[in-house]
Amino acid sequence: MTTITAAASATSHSAPGRPRLTQARIVRSEWTKLRSLRSTLFTLLAAVLFVVGLGILISWGRASHWSQESPGDRFGFDPTNTSLSGTYLAQLAIGVLGVLAFSGEYATGMIRATLGAVPKRLPVLWAKAGVFAVVTFVLMTIAAIVAFLGGQAMLSAKHIQTNLTHPGVLTAVIGAGLYLTVVGLLGVALGALLRSTAGGIATLFGILLVLPLIVHFLPSNWSRHIERYLPSNAGQSIINVVHDPSAMQPWTGFFLFLGYAVIAVAAAALVLVRRDA
Amino acid sequence: MIEVRGLTKRYGEKIAVSDLSFTVQPGIVTGFLGPNGSGKSTTMRMIIGLDRPTAGSVTVDGRRYRDFAAPLTEVGALLEARAVHTGRSAFNHLLALAQTHGIPRRRVDEVIDLVGLAEVARKRAGGFSLGMGQRLGIASALLADPSTFILDEPVNGLDPEGIRWIRNLLKALAAEGRTVFVSSHLMSEMALTAEHLIVIGRGRLIADTSVEEFVRRASGTVVRVRTPQASKLRDLLISADVTVTSVVSDTLEVTGLPSERIGEAAAGAGVTLYELTPQQASLEEAFMDLTRDAVEFHGAASAGAAAALEGQV
Repeated sequence: MTTITAAASATSHSAPGRPRLTQARIVRSEWTKLRSLRSTLFTLLAAVLFVVGLGILISWGRASHWSQESPGDRFGFDPTNTSLSGTYLAQLAIGVLGVLAFSGEYATGMIRATLGAVPKRLPVLWAKAGVFAVVTFVLMTIAAIVAFLGGQAMLSAKHIQTNLTHPGVLTAVIGAGLYLTVVGLLGVALGALLRSTAGGIATLFGILLVLPLIVHFLPSNWSRHIERYLPSNAGQSIINVVHDPSAMQPWTGFFLFLGYAVIAVAAAALVLVRRDA
Repeated sequence: MIEVRGLTKRYGEKIAVSDLSFTVQPGIVTGFLGPNGSGKSTTMRMIIGLDRPTAGSVTVDGRRYRDFAAPLTEVGALLEARAVHTGRSAFNHLLALAQTHGIPRRRVDEVIDLVGLAEVARKRAGGFSLGMGQRLGIASALLADPSTFILDEPVNGLDPEGIRWIRNLLKALAAEGRTVFVSSHLMSEMALTAEHLIVIGRGRLIADTSVEEFVRRASGTVVRVRTPQASKLRDLLISADVTVTSVVSDTLEVTGLPSERIGEAAAGAGVTLYELTPQQASLEEAFMDLTRDAVEFHGAASAGAAAALEGQV
């Protein structure tokens, strides 16, 4: 077996620095993992298409029917939010992708290789969450800007458009990227907590989509006080420019949503360190 | 060197590993032997910190695995269940592992060539055969050129050529002074590869011995004698330390006497012998003997057969 010795000696002079774990290197590894799965690329592409395509399509629809709309329909029309409506669909793709960051590794057994290489474990969670957050924020914010510009172009046919200099508009456009990023982080945390793709996805969308429906059925003097604090309602208040008085203020709502995600990530960290892989 | 001290792992009510202590020395291949479900995989997972011991400790070269600054350069592990994302190519899988430690990309290509996966390295690992999966696992173990190797059932799913390749690889790694710890449930495989054996059953240590010693102990003291005067010879030989059983009417199996003494006794009494053969108990049988009480799941058929045999004797 001369090859073994050859290979062994090769490392000793081919390594520029001594091999060693660092947080930056673990981040790089997680970036490689993210970009080397075809499913990730397709899902991200789908999310971009949802935000851009749906935003422009719905803006076009509103504009082309504007002249037939009653004053009641027109009341509270939010041109920014209309052009960002694809966000509500894109959250499905981003959420699933977030859950898969960990659950995909548990399902395939990859997690054993990952935690074998990084036995302290927490750096993996920080790296996964960080890489996922940056990628999602950059892509989704760009998509939101494109959707906004495309959507306003559609709405300008009826002169009902807005622009980025209007108060709250820029916040809402960037807010769409921020909202989707936090949805992804919640997914990452739930994937690490539950270790199951199905369980993680069900829990995530149970919280984001089903919980508001259930609260809606409560007696209205209860639901009135609860609704605005629900994760998705709080988070989505940043995407609205024309404000529903019962909703939270844009940044207050967003930071509450972020707070929920931080709690989920902290719980994931605790479980990741404590439980056997 | 791997040092296991009082290692215990409990999953709820079930004890997987119980107060296990042994040392794995560098420079030789050490086999880790035990029936399925005896705690081998659990022990190996605890060595690299995937499972947390309920009690006791395990160190590699004097330190806990999680305390190493570059764990992959200390221990290369191949665990039984596949540890590869099925959607990722072999190259990207190894690259992602290498990047955590800043190991250069060139080394990834080197280990891919070394295990013979160059042609499929860019294909999704989900399509790999069991043997290719094992080779990929071995590539990841070799990646950081570690001083200790832990391999759980590495020959599973390999063809004869692959099995021989692993055998030679392990011996070569040990010859370079590395610690090589390999589990198997097949004694015959270990006899060809290992110099030292750690045998466990139901999570407890059964034997910690050199293969040579194990073979010596195993190769029986049973001598097969064929003679037309079987009953006369039996009366002649039988004593407190010697047992004689009869398989066929003219054949005896003598335990507790070397063949020379049986021959002399027969000559002295004028008994004719047709055959006088010391029986080599196979390693597999010795292993079965050793672990019989420790096997988790007895096949119903074999248990029945054993009972039937006992009835005959």
